[in-house]
Amino acid sequence: MSDEGGGEEIPLTVNGKDRAVPAGLTVRGLLEHLELVPELVVVEHNREIVDRSRYSEVTLEAGDRLELVHFVGGGKAAERDLENRL
Amino acid sequence: MTIESKDLADAGPGGVQDEPFLLGDREFQSRLIVGTGKYRDNETMVRAIRASGSEMVTVAVRRVELDRSKEESILHQLSPEEFFILPNTAGCYTAEEAVRYARLGRAAGLNEWVKLEVIGDESTLLPDVHATLEAARILVDEGFKVMAYTNEDLVTALRLEDAGCISVMPLASPIGSGLGLVNPYYIREIKSRLEVPVIVDAGVGTASDACATMEQGVDGVLMNTAIAAADHPTTMARAMKLGIQAGRLAYLAGRMPSREIAVPSSPTHGMLD
Repeated sequence: MSDEGGGEEIPLTVNGKDRAVPAGLTVRGLLEHLELVPELVVVEHNREIVDRSRYSEVTLEAGDRLELVHFVGGGKAAERDLENRL
Repeated sequence: MTIESKDLADAGPGGVQDEPFLLGDREFQSRLIVGTGKYRDNETMVRAIRASGSEMVTVAVRRVELDRSKEESILHQLSPEEFFILPNTAGCYTAEEAVRYARLGRAAGLNEWVKLEVIGDESTLLPDVHATLEAARILVDEGFKVMAYTNEDLVTALRLEDAGCISVMPLASPIGSGLGLVNPYYIREIKSRLEVPVIVDAGVGTASDACATMEQGVDGVLMNTAIAAADHPTTMARAMKLGIQAGRLAYLAGRMPSREIAVPSSPTHGMLD
């Protein structure tokens, strides 16, 4: 209760959309904040892939761009402008 | 639910026995590879894929949908312990984009394989073979095991093999068209000239197409829509499994020559006057 609303937030772009998150989050912290399973998500941080073993080491800064991707059903070419493409 | 056995085409006693399907450093029993897209629901997909007997399935890399209430990775449906998961670059239009998707797929940590696909034309979804070759060279250099989707052009197939691809995957006809094998001659030509496995990828519409494709002597077939878009995907998956096996056996058996004259199959002598 003491920290509610008191924490500083920073702006990120996550999967193409602006989003404010608590300052000081690591990649792992962001995934937990978004309720994602770190073992199933691949993270690109400012166009660099973050090795899963480093999720707890990389701290996010204001303005960082993140792509969080995973495997979905797919065979061959999909529509080009599919929403969940990078 | 019955789980189909993942067996080689069985020639029976005295028949020509098939060899295991060797791809990269792995051995497969099934010569059918299936995509996981376009199914009406996950349950149908899993049931159909099991009915197909496939051991290898392709998956796509896409953004996580952050507004969904739960994680929807396909790995919740298809266990990497049951299926070999082959990340693809489906929907990429440049070499750079395909390389980016391939790297993301590898970073998932399952394997270093990629089904490389670079599309060059939106209306036909035909491959951009120049960009495919460029991406293949980069990815092979980075240690990927590359299976490259291409058209039925022999020279491109040879270049992709030279680039170090572990398999070259010419199309039967355009993606999702269901037109079947439109150019058996070129497919046979590619198969006869390449040393790496040739897997026909795209265009198969029904089991006779799968069978006719395997009769050309290719090593395998990859399909998705033909199963996913059938009225009854699980039944079509089973038909495809049998079609692949029938085509493989017919190839191993060595077909009679075709000729445009009739030749009687009963003795012509000994007929009554």
